[in-house]
Amino acid sequence: MHFFSTLFAGLFFGTGLILSGMANPTKVQNFLDIFGTWDPSLAFVMGGAILVTAPGFWFAQKRITPFFHDMFHLPTRKDIDARLVTGAAIFGIGWGLGGLCPGPAVTSLPFASSGVLVFVPAMLVGMTLAKFTALPSRKVITT
Amino acid sequence: MLETEFTPIASLMGGALIGLSAVILMTSHGRVAGISGIVSRILPPAVDTKGMPQGLTFIAGLLLAAPLWFGIAGQAPVVAISNNMALLGLAGILVGFGSVLGNGCTSGHGVCGISRMSARSMIATATFMTTGAVTVFILRHVLGG
Repeated sequence: MHFFSTLFAGLFFGTGLILSGMANPTKVQNFLDIFGTWDPSLAFVMGGAILVTAPGFWFAQKRITPFFHDMFHLPTRKDIDARLVTGAAIFGIGWGLGGLCPGPAVTSLPFASSGVLVFVPAMLVGMTLAKFTALPSRKVITT
Repeated sequence: MLETEFTPIASLMGGALIGLSAVILMTSHGRVAGISGIVSRILPPAVDTKGMPQGLTFIAGLLLAAPLWFGIAGQAPVVAISNNMALLGLAGILVGFGSVLGNGCTSGHGVCGISRMSARSMIATATFMTTGAVTVFILRHVLGG
């Protein structure tokens, strides 16, 4: 039951990405291409997700603990720092260049298209690099 | 070839499924469904061994989605991706680096964070939407790729 919940959460997430069109890089780039072949569909993906997540999270946190764990892991930081904005800006550039973000990239892996097979390892390298550079502040969080 | 069909209903339903997934993860394990976080936590350094089983089963679920879709729908999901491998390699590095530095991606900030009314996530989402749009503008309309 414990692992079924995360397995199904992943399965629903991936299916949602495919159904919504978010797993298609060209559709993502068209969403970002406001002055070109604009396709506003992805606003509906975010809208649909938030419509379910916002009330769902509110109800979830009425419980003292989650079903299979002893606590909720919620981000507590409220400050807007340079790292947040710089990271998001860099992420956006990569998102625009390839039309892929982490979820759709992992979801598209089983079809082994050469583009995704280049993107995912590069993404893992980028993540590892960022973890090494951010090591001092990370240590405070993880201990 | 470049144009894609406007799909408000399918996108809304797909979005709702993503939301359902986020709610399941929160109610079962108290975790935010941020894919960059789930993936990066199992990478070195500071590997999160305690959260590893949940992370790996979630990723297994993600990987099962496309084959299952193929099995049920009888056709592979539409994935039209650039054939410029150098560009995709650079995109991957930037996406990976940026999402870890900024503590989140489209799912963690864009869906879960905004649902929690987090100011950090709203700023992050506005930022990556803007740089993403500028990047696509330059790529398509300035460089003409």
